[in-house]
Amino acid sequence: MLNQYETVFILTPVLSEDQMKETVKKYQDFLRQNGAEIVHEEKWGMRKLAYPIQKKSTGFYHLYEYRAEGDSIAKIELALKRDERVMRFLTVKLDKHAIAYNEKKRAKAKETETREEN
Amino acid sequence: MAQQNSDIKYLTPIAVDVKKKKYCRFKKAGIKFIDYKDADFLMKFINEQGKILPRRITGTSTKYQKKVAQAIKRARHISLLPYVADLLK
Repeated sequence: MLNQYETVFILTPVLSEDQMKETVKKYQDFLRQNGAEIVHEEKWGMRKLAYPIQKKSTGFYHLYEYRAEGDSIAKIELALKRDERVMRFLTVKLDKHAIAYNEKKRAKAKETETREEN
Repeated sequence: MAQQNSDIKYLTPIAVDVKKKKYCRFKKAGIKFIDYKDADFLMKFINEQGKILPRRITGTSTKYQKKVAQAIKRARHISLLPYVADLLK
């Protein structure tokens, strides 16, 4: 059965802009390879951390929301764990309320976007 | 005479501090999902040291307190909220 998941990961700030993009792209491809269907992607960019991780005070945040088979999550998490460019990651399974919340949030963001254009 | 005085005393209502009834904001507003990415919102449920506030203070129902706690713990993991802090607010 396909479930909807959400993964946030924090990359080290020592990477260059291109390396960041490359890593993010790598995970996008990796997710697709594992039969995940990407629903949404969010770039939070550089953010200050609430506490230092690996002696770094900032991090590059990225979020993926996807539909995938439950078995593939272990593989994805293992890849994130092995990658030393990833400082932290969090995968959450989304229940129906979470999906509704995210969709509502996206619709709202889209609405404000179109309003700004007009 | 003394009798009269005591009667007058009770004509004005006795000062009893009326407690405002606490309520669960999630039940009242119909919020079903608590977002762990919304750090500003979760700030309402932690104290200056970054500790999770108990239900007896916030008035949150058991069902949602569990979810609040889970969301705060997730936010801490991805460094949106601190595990320990001083003078957070």
